[in-house]
Amino acid sequence: MSRVGIAGFGQTKFSEDDSKIESVLLKTTKNLLDSTSNLSQKDIDAVLVSTNNNSKYLSAILSEMTSIQPKISHSIESLCNSGTNAIVAAYSYIVSGLAEVVLISGAERYDSPGQILEWDNLRGEFKHPIFWASIFSKSYKRKYSISDEDLALVSVKNHKQSIHNPFAISQKAVSIDDVLNSKKLTEDLRLLECSRPCTGGASILLASENSCNTFTDNPVWITGIGQKTTSASFTKIPSFDTMESTRQAAHSAFQMSKQKPTDIDVMEIHDAFAVCEPMALDSMGFSTSGKGIELVKEAYFSENYKISPRGGLIGSGHPLGATGIAQTIEITQQLQSQAEKRQVDNAKVGLVHNMSAASTSSTVLVLEK
Amino acid sequence: MSFELELKKGNFLMSECDHCKKIVWPPSEWCNQCLCKNSWRKCNGKGKIIEFSKKETTYFCVAEIENSIKIIGEIISGTPKIGQNVVISDCGICDDNYFFKMKMLD
Repeated sequence: MSRVGIAGFGQTKFSEDDSKIESVLLKTTKNLLDSTSNLSQKDIDAVLVSTNNNSKYLSAILSEMTSIQPKISHSIESLCNSGTNAIVAAYSYIVSGLAEVVLISGAERYDSPGQILEWDNLRGEFKHPIFWASIFSKSYKRKYSISDEDLALVSVKNHKQSIHNPFAISQKAVSIDDVLNSKKLTEDLRLLECSRPCTGGASILLASENSCNTFTDNPVWITGIGQKTTSASFTKIPSFDTMESTRQAAHSAFQMSKQKPTDIDVMEIHDAFAVCEPMALDSMGFSTSGKGIELVKEAYFSENYKISPRGGLIGSGHPLGATGIAQTIEITQQLQSQAEKRQVDNAKVGLVHNMSAASTSSTVLVLEK
Repeated sequence: MSFELELKKGNFLMSECDHCKKIVWPPSEWCNQCLCKNSWRKCNGKGKIIEFSKKETTYFCVAEIENSIKIIGEIISGTPKIGQNVVISDCGICDDNYFFKMKMLD
């Protein structure tokens, strides 16, 4: 099977801007087109838009605004892991031979309708994500004797790391006390333990092995893909202290790439809420159950940016349709040794974890240089 | 009889497959396993608390009802604990949102 590589990327700063979705998409795509060597619009066979926005026909609109006339163009929505779903779709188009070069642009507004899954009525009046996050936090803390201070460290680490990410919404360090004293949303969740919905865009260019070298002399290859959806309803997930879809997606991605957790030099974790980071580390096999928080502590106190170097969702912000793409861009930059102050030494193999709706669905990608 | 029409009246129903007898949840007209027709039956509303938290002064919990289906609802009195027996004391639809209120047994 021919390899699929990452040949270019572009981003916008994540912010609270009241911009139109079309404008965010155009800006991030322009950044990709401007920064990718030798790329002209006619090279692009497919345009995929990742978003939860209600506007219609966005891939055709984006194509028209950038003078691309693709063979294939459509939108992809899967709540918070729309971005990596779009990357997997692009990968499939290339491997099947339907496309050589695919542009994927993700964008979201701060008021995205994807933040609440209206269909999931079994959550009763408690549909907002803060409620499943509270249930996860309570359950994980109790089962593994994790303290509030331990979980607060996830936010402290990721805010610290996002200071060096020029596209992050947060450029401010916070202390454990800041987190613990931030607004109590529920008994088990504080404001600074949450990622923030925001406006932002991220674009990535995938290309076949034959085409990739035309656009970059430093390609990064997608060598592992795993995806799993276990349900749509929060109350149907089998456990509130582990992420089953993440576990299965990681297993598939490791199997496909022939890599294992100890081979991963740098990773982006979907920390929609603080508790998600140690849970995901446990579920993917980086730690034994309940010990993910020890990895977080080790990374923080040794000043190693190995876990979510761009600041995760908590530090960077979470424009749903752009998040998975921004995570993949970060790992690409790390493997290209171009992550500047966030750079992890000698990073050769990286991983992206992107999930939706209380981990009812997960994508895991393995990237290599 | 549909789930939502009855829920609006304060009745909590469950859907059960006529063919494989599986309880189908979320409520549906068709079995999600064998895709045969479901029947509606009244639920006794009894369950136990699987997990809980608290927003301001309101406790909310995930409760497993009739040892099979899980919902999130408000606990209307007392301090919950894991495994505590509860019963749905009120339910309905308000502003297009379902609501479930539970009271503790024992």
